[in-house]
Amino acid sequence: MTMANNSNIIVSLDELISHIHDGCKLAIPHDFNGMYSGAAMSATRAVIRRSVRNLHIVGIPAGGLQADMLIGAGCVSTMEAGSYIFGEFGVPPCFARAAMAGKIKVLDSSCPAIHAALQAGEKGIPFIPLRGILGSDVVDHRKDWKVVNNPFGEQDPILLVPATNPDVTLIHAPFADRSGNVWIGRRRELAVAAHASAVTLVTVEKLVDDDLMENDLTATGVLSNVYVTAVSHQPRGAWPLSFADEYPEDTAHLRQYVEAAQTDEGFQTYLDRYVYRQTEAVA
Amino acid sequence: MDFHSHEFLIASLARKLTGSRHIAVGSASPVPCAASLLTGALSRGRTRVTVLGSKKQVFFTEGSRELFDSSAQGRIDAFLMGGGQIDGQANVNLMGVGPYPKLSVRWGGNYGTPYLYSLVKRVVLFREEHTRRVFVPKVDYITAAGVNEPNVYRPGGPSALVTSLGVFNFNRRLRRFELESVHPGHTVEEILDNTGFEFHLPDQVPVTENPDSEAMALIRGRIAEEVAEIYPQFAERYLGVAAVKSNASRV
Repeated sequence: MTMANNSNIIVSLDELISHIHDGCKLAIPHDFNGMYSGAAMSATRAVIRRSVRNLHIVGIPAGGLQADMLIGAGCVSTMEAGSYIFGEFGVPPCFARAAMAGKIKVLDSSCPAIHAALQAGEKGIPFIPLRGILGSDVVDHRKDWKVVNNPFGEQDPILLVPATNPDVTLIHAPFADRSGNVWIGRRRELAVAAHASAVTLVTVEKLVDDDLMENDLTATGVLSNVYVTAVSHQPRGAWPLSFADEYPEDTAHLRQYVEAAQTDEGFQTYLDRYVYRQTEAVA
Repeated sequence: MDFHSHEFLIASLARKLTGSRHIAVGSASPVPCAASLLTGALSRGRTRVTVLGSKKQVFFTEGSRELFDSSAQGRIDAFLMGGGQIDGQANVNLMGVGPYPKLSVRWGGNYGTPYLYSLVKRVVLFREEHTRRVFVPKVDYITAAGVNEPNVYRPGGPSALVTSLGVFNFNRRLRRFELESVHPGHTVEEILDNTGFEFHLPDQVPVTENPDSEAMALIRGRIAEEVAEIYPQFAERYLGVAAVKSNASRV
């Protein structure tokens, strides 16, 4: 049923990332291991090769390797996330350097606020209240947040955060069908981001011939092609990160990255070797 | 019985979590992770444990926002947090050193802590390093506030602090820490010397209990294996789980 209108939804990597324009608000998943995997790393390298500039990155809800590479490569002007995590390697090095040197604008948030703002975005409402957080300095520093009195209560202050509607959400998923229905399984925060976004771009490990919407077993884990702009077939598209049950992280490579990225020069050498001189597989 | 200092801390931390219905533990902290899993194992099924970053130890089917939503619903009643700096009102700084945003050292950011610290009934703080650099009179940046004004909705908050030197309880009414016990081989004087904030010191301070043989057997067996799924480097270094084994258990 979902086939005919979407025959052009499967595209090359270059065509996929051509939707990512200078200055756009780009939402990316966090890339910590296990349940959080879903970072489109081959697409990220392509974005760096294309020299996209002034991105406003929204980490769902945190930033890791993917954000770090985009920042180090000069693609980012604003970085928004609840936190910065790079497995057991500590704070992502290019991010820390750029943030402390004031080279990027850092919009520090908190993880539940990132999720709630995207939920407001998917509902098409301008803001959302959430409990907790009051008393944290983040409330004072986020000039775009407000504390109001609960209109249904008395003397009950509550935080409001504005909705987030990304221009683009970019994710990597296990598989999609030929009409661009993408299976994301339990990583439903990726669906929330996609619902809130104008454009959603997906790289996948596999393309399957079955219609994923045809039975409930697959359909319940699907991000419907209603929300998907384009899909590109990128086997091992999350490398060097782990990807769900498909492959473990390339720890030796990540160690090498962390060492290289301690300095601008080291990071440039890394880019030369692993990003600029490599071309990604094209489906 | 001989044990490694990490094993002692895991067992000490686990005692502060006993009786919890559902413990959640964050993503940058192997000792709290092991302590939560130990509490779960010792509870014989009464305590559930959710470990972020683990596929086996999470219940979410709607995405990681479920951690936050289920905490606001009261379904998670214990949480463990670290702190780059912690002060005497149990304010926690995970952002960095210096006047924000002009930090001289940048840490991981706020995470979900400003939210979870308010909403989860029992939050246990863990910081191994017990120095005046960590335990400061006032944090440089309040990531998560230890206390709020009385009209602020706050079902949760800090309950205890475990360090390499001892165990404190946090008295929410009096807004201060109280020293509960000192680890074997350490002294009250050492704690006073290395704590930059004021706290209540009872006349008698007992020595922190050693882990019993049941706890030790679990830490070295099942818990080490489970921790290796999430923290392979830590498990290999401190709990003796070979990296090869941890990779195998991930598949």
